[in-house]
Amino acid sequence: MTEHVTIRPRNRLLAWIEERLPILSFTASHTTGYYAPKNFNVMYYFGSLALLVLVNQIVTGIFLTMFYTPTADGAFSSVEYIMRDVNWGWLIRYMHEVGASMFFVVVYLHMFRGLMYGSYKKPRELVWLLGMLIFLALMAEAFMGYVLPWGNMSFWGAKVIITLFSAVPVIGKDLVTWIMGDFIPSGATLNRFFALHVIALPLVLLLLVVLHLSALHEVGSNNPDGVEIKQKKGPDGHPLDGIPFHPYYTVKDLFGVGIFLILCAFIIFFEPTVGGWFLEHDNFIPANNLVTPAEIKPVWYFTPFYAILRVIPSKGLGVIALLCSIVVLFLVPWLDRGKVKSIRYRGTGYKVALAMFAIVFVLLGSIGAGKTTEWIPEIFGPNADLTFIENTFGRILTFLYFGYFLFLWAYTYFGWEKTKPVPERVTVVQH
Amino acid sequence: MQMLKAILLALVLLAGACAAHAEESGYPNANTSIADQASLQRGAKLFFNYCVGCHSLKYLRYSRIADDLGLTEQQVMDKLNFTGAKFGEPVESAMKPEDAEKWFGKAPPDLSLEVRAKGADWVSAYLHSFYVDPSRPVGWNNTVFPNASMPFPLWELQGIQTAVMKPVKPGGEPEVEKLVISKPGSMSAEQYAQAVRDLTSFLQYASEPAALKRTAIGAWVLIYLALFTFAAFVLKKEYWKDVH
Repeated sequence: MTEHVTIRPRNRLLAWIEERLPILSFTASHTTGYYAPKNFNVMYYFGSLALLVLVNQIVTGIFLTMFYTPTADGAFSSVEYIMRDVNWGWLIRYMHEVGASMFFVVVYLHMFRGLMYGSYKKPRELVWLLGMLIFLALMAEAFMGYVLPWGNMSFWGAKVIITLFSAVPVIGKDLVTWIMGDFIPSGATLNRFFALHVIALPLVLLLLVVLHLSALHEVGSNNPDGVEIKQKKGPDGHPLDGIPFHPYYTVKDLFGVGIFLILCAFIIFFEPTVGGWFLEHDNFIPANNLVTPAEIKPVWYFTPFYAILRVIPSKGLGVIALLCSIVVLFLVPWLDRGKVKSIRYRGTGYKVALAMFAIVFVLLGSIGAGKTTEWIPEIFGPNADLTFIENTFGRILTFLYFGYFLFLWAYTYFGWEKTKPVPERVTVVQH
Repeated sequence: MQMLKAILLALVLLAGACAAHAEESGYPNANTSIADQASLQRGAKLFFNYCVGCHSLKYLRYSRIADDLGLTEQQVMDKLNFTGAKFGEPVESAMKPEDAEKWFGKAPPDLSLEVRAKGADWVSAYLHSFYVDPSRPVGWNNTVFPNASMPFPLWELQGIQTAVMKPVKPGGEPEVEKLVISKPGSMSAEQYAQAVRDLTSFLQYASEPAALKRTAIGAWVLIYLALFTFAAFVLKKEYWKDVH
């Protein structure tokens, strides 16, 4: 929660400015004046890390646009030009590409943290909703960025995903042509995706991040105990369990940044494609509408959702299920009727369900990434009915994915959950 | 305790990244090394003697090859450049794509990114797997890439391989059981394997010239970040002393 801090600079120029535009007071209120619970654990690093990656994407992205050519003829070559002829271009490109994947690593962990500690519950519903909108914008941003190098997977990925819009009744086909600006993904598609990727969506993302943080600073951060710290205030008016974000969490997050950057640097300098997971092999072949890749699959961060689409037999139903799998996340604050926030004090059913949800999400990802296509012949022998086993497995997982939300509602609505007493103050492990 | 957890989590992610890398190509390990400059030089020589007639490396410049492979401009222009291209120009094939399409049915692909697209193991296996097949227009076939429309220029090194077919099951397709050398080339099997390693290493370099320096830079970056993280850790400990 933010406490208003008024700064009166001694410097006359600064004072003159501060009286007209209280920028120093604003900054102080949101850093030294922002009291955060003192019991944040490792799951609480990912918010600030997401902000760091966002800045990385914007800065490296600006440099990439200086050399990238958004045309069907020039895009692929311009990326290789960046990789080979532009001084340090390879580093900028790898930072942008690894940054994109790490954005999703960080955001998925950040969202999972929200589920673990009930950070979406009253009074933080809007923080969650704005976060979900960021996730949605990020998915659009990542998809369009993936198309820009104009490799063969860019082309076919764009084709498959845009064609999903043909499932819209009546106007579907026209809608697809309208989005592409052509009858197949072409230079027109590439050019508009470039515009959306470098201007429109980054603006939307930045605005949403500002709103997400503003909403958070209004209600204050949740914590691993799910205790509202502003209910217990000391004589000085500050929460007893709160500490100023700056300097305490700025130095702590600096350490988290160090660990995170070590991981990123390791990938960027030693394994920038991560064996085809971050940069796919087929995307080093230029876009070709006559040659379909052996297997069209999205980058790893879309694979769980892609699997839900793939295992459902009818295209229309598949698209609806895909849409629902994301929309249902928006509804979590209202599906979960439980009063206890943190997983530490929730019922065993909740713990088991959340663990299963995480496993199901990863397994769905392995289907979407085509991993099960490799595993099934190894497990069931070469003559096994691959499509049948994969679809059955995938449908069970899809059922369990949605089952989590249904369970969450029933478990809390009918009062089946046996919660533990929540402490009045946060618990801190002495170290 | 929390620090430990943070480090543990980072290690798990790192292990995941490594595990993802250790994927199997399904082909014998190409055993390439772009750090071996002599091997890259031999590979370049092979490429410019046997491959560049049909295949370009359009994203790689002659000047870049000189810089990266420790060669002088003179050496590159005399020993590698046979098309009369300027030193700063990229490696283009002498053959026109229109002609190539007429002669082979398909223009030979540019090989600048071949290793990144197919993997070094695939390229190496491909170069080991040509055999004589009179039923094909160019007289050659390949077990790794069946019905490839490429004639095999390295036959004078490897020799001519012939396929031993599996007994055909009724209604089944003919399948190659193994390849045997029916007419030896100028190289022994070991020498040819080394030549393929050299050539594949050169193509691997060509697909990502930055790889030569990024690992060396990466080591310094990691050392710097380790020191930075340690300093941040000590700073955090100091600041958090009064939090109970």
